[in-house]
Amino acid sequence: MKNLLTIKNLHASINGKEILKGIDLEVNKGEIHAIMGPNGSGKSTLASVLVGHPAFEVMQGEVLYKGKDLLELSAEERSWEGLFLSFQYPVEIPGVSMVNFMRTAINEQRKYKGLEPVSATDFLKLMREKRAIVELDSKLANRAVNEGFSGGEKKRNEIFQMAMLEPSLAILDETDSGLDIDALRIVAKGVNALRTSENACLVITHYQRLLDYIKPDKVHVLHNGKIVKSGGAELAHELEEKGYDWLK
Amino acid sequence: MQQYIDFFLTYQEAISKPCAAALNAPRQLAFEVFKEIGFPKFNSEEYQHTDISSLLESDLGLNINNLKIPINPYEVFKCDVPNLSTNLYFMVNERFYAQEEVKLSLPQGVFSGSLNTFAEQYPSIFSKYYGQLAKSDKDGLVAFNTLFAQDGYVLYVPKNVVVEQAIQLVNVLRGDTDTLANRRLLIIIEEGAQAKLLACDHTFDEKPKFVASQVCEIFVAKNALFDYYELEESSENTVRLSSTFVKQEASSNVVCNTITLLNGVTRNNYHISLDGEHAETHLYGMAIADKKQKVDNHTNIAHNVPNCLSNELFKYVLDDQAVGAFSGRILVAIDAQKTLAYQNNRNLCASRECRMFAKPQLEIYADDVKCSHGLTTGQLDETALFYMRSRGISEEEARMLLKFAFTHDVIEGIRLEALRDRLKLLVEKRFRGELMKCAGCCSNDK
Repeated sequence: MKNLLTIKNLHASINGKEILKGIDLEVNKGEIHAIMGPNGSGKSTLASVLVGHPAFEVMQGEVLYKGKDLLELSAEERSWEGLFLSFQYPVEIPGVSMVNFMRTAINEQRKYKGLEPVSATDFLKLMREKRAIVELDSKLANRAVNEGFSGGEKKRNEIFQMAMLEPSLAILDETDSGLDIDALRIVAKGVNALRTSENACLVITHYQRLLDYIKPDKVHVLHNGKIVKSGGAELAHELEEKGYDWLK
Repeated sequence: MQQYIDFFLTYQEAISKPCAAALNAPRQLAFEVFKEIGFPKFNSEEYQHTDISSLLESDLGLNINNLKIPINPYEVFKCDVPNLSTNLYFMVNERFYAQEEVKLSLPQGVFSGSLNTFAEQYPSIFSKYYGQLAKSDKDGLVAFNTLFAQDGYVLYVPKNVVVEQAIQLVNVLRGDTDTLANRRLLIIIEEGAQAKLLACDHTFDEKPKFVASQVCEIFVAKNALFDYYELEESSENTVRLSSTFVKQEASSNVVCNTITLLNGVTRNNYHISLDGEHAETHLYGMAIADKKQKVDNHTNIAHNVPNCLSNELFKYVLDDQAVGAFSGRILVAIDAQKTLAYQNNRNLCASRECRMFAKPQLEIYADDVKCSHGLTTGQLDETALFYMRSRGISEEEARMLLKFAFTHDVIEGIRLEALRDRLKLLVEKRFRGELMKCAGCCSNDK
């Protein structure tokens, strides 16, 4: 099956306020989709709804992921099924070490798949391997989750976690925000290295800059809770030149 | 309370008969005081959340005739903190459990054993210290304890002697009927001496109600160093009423860490007197309580002289209908300039029904000091929970990890590596609900 994600007429709200007003989207394996749009258009809401953030309420519509009703699954089940969100604002968790955090996550995923917990040596080897992809310092891996990490380190840490969990569908929510050019390049390199014909990526961004590094197959413009235009990679360039106003 | 007065009047001879004269000496004064003031009044300033009288109201047996308790702890008891020490001692209810064959590796001159034996063998040292910090005339609980004290534990470390290995004292509560264990501890660390003591509270029998009344006096002389760890892993039917008094002389250094892992109702009082300059005290506490458990810690640190440091950290993790209380008083006397006093109390309420009462109380009469206090009570961080769930960590596991992380800095304050490592495991088991009763006791069930 080529299809990975199908969103049909998705409406969602937070605190009674409707943010998504009928989203339709199809993502196939091997594809990279970029979702662009002005502030407040609903980009991050879409990401949050897809990964099951409890603050958002789905009013209408359906989401099929790998042929399953995604909205029926809990946040952790979605993760076990291969959904991943790189957070716009990664959360600091004092007292929980990266190692413990990651090992728990990996082992819960393995348990779901009916596999034995990973051995300590294999796990550390895996950490080393994946850390290298985003050039994350080994010192950071020994610290508490995101605690005292710089903005760039936090984003690299997100991609590191993505590398560890090997998702089928990764959603990058403004992973480029707050990154300098070097960090942006490292993050993009990491994302590209993880790309296969079996997985897909949904890249949410304000700027075309990230898309110079991560080449999208399709670009969608979100405005006022709806996708108002879809096109190829060239649409991103057009937006960079003209802004969003002409689409409203 | 009247029942205890009548009991004493009827049995005072039987109570005193097996005891050393030095142990009996303060009994009469204690009786007069107890008759007068009784137990601390519920709702009074220092007892707003624990009603001592009602906890001691029911009919509790006091084993004044020292009837043999059928247990050999050395044979049946495996403590939860193994490999810590070969210097392992037991108390069964209020009595020190003497075992001749046990090989001990304490330096010469150190006494570690029965309170009554110490009072008999070294009456002058005993009388010099016993009851000097824990004054009957000021405290009804102390008077009560003094009134009925027949035995307990003494650690005496003479001048400049360093006890390298930690000493472990395991308090076992055992009985077929509701029981009151009234024990007394006396710890004397002389000038330049060093020691570490871990005292674990366990309850062997699940069914009967136990009340452990404990008074502990700790003297830490000039340049001496003492670590005192208390770990309670009793049962839901156990009441612990403990009062610890510490007196520190110049340049002494004390770590006092009280951990309530599993209990019924616990009230711990810590009174620390910094009486010599450059003395340093670290007072840590951690309470994990769920169901209907209750943990009430009251601390009182007195900076009586200049240039001392006190660092206090208490953390509570409450769930279900548990109740936590913390009141921390710091007194900086008028001449105690250059005092450094820090107090921190952080509490986590994991359910809607649990309750936390916290009261910092700083009284500062000197003008050149650094004192601070912080107090927070809150819920688990929802954003962190969701972040973890989005990585495939189940909600239950995520909650456990966050609670465990919360206790991290109290555990790090432990200066005994074996205990620190073991506690991490015990705390994790506790949060997973696998520590329904203490593991040491579980292993003896068959």
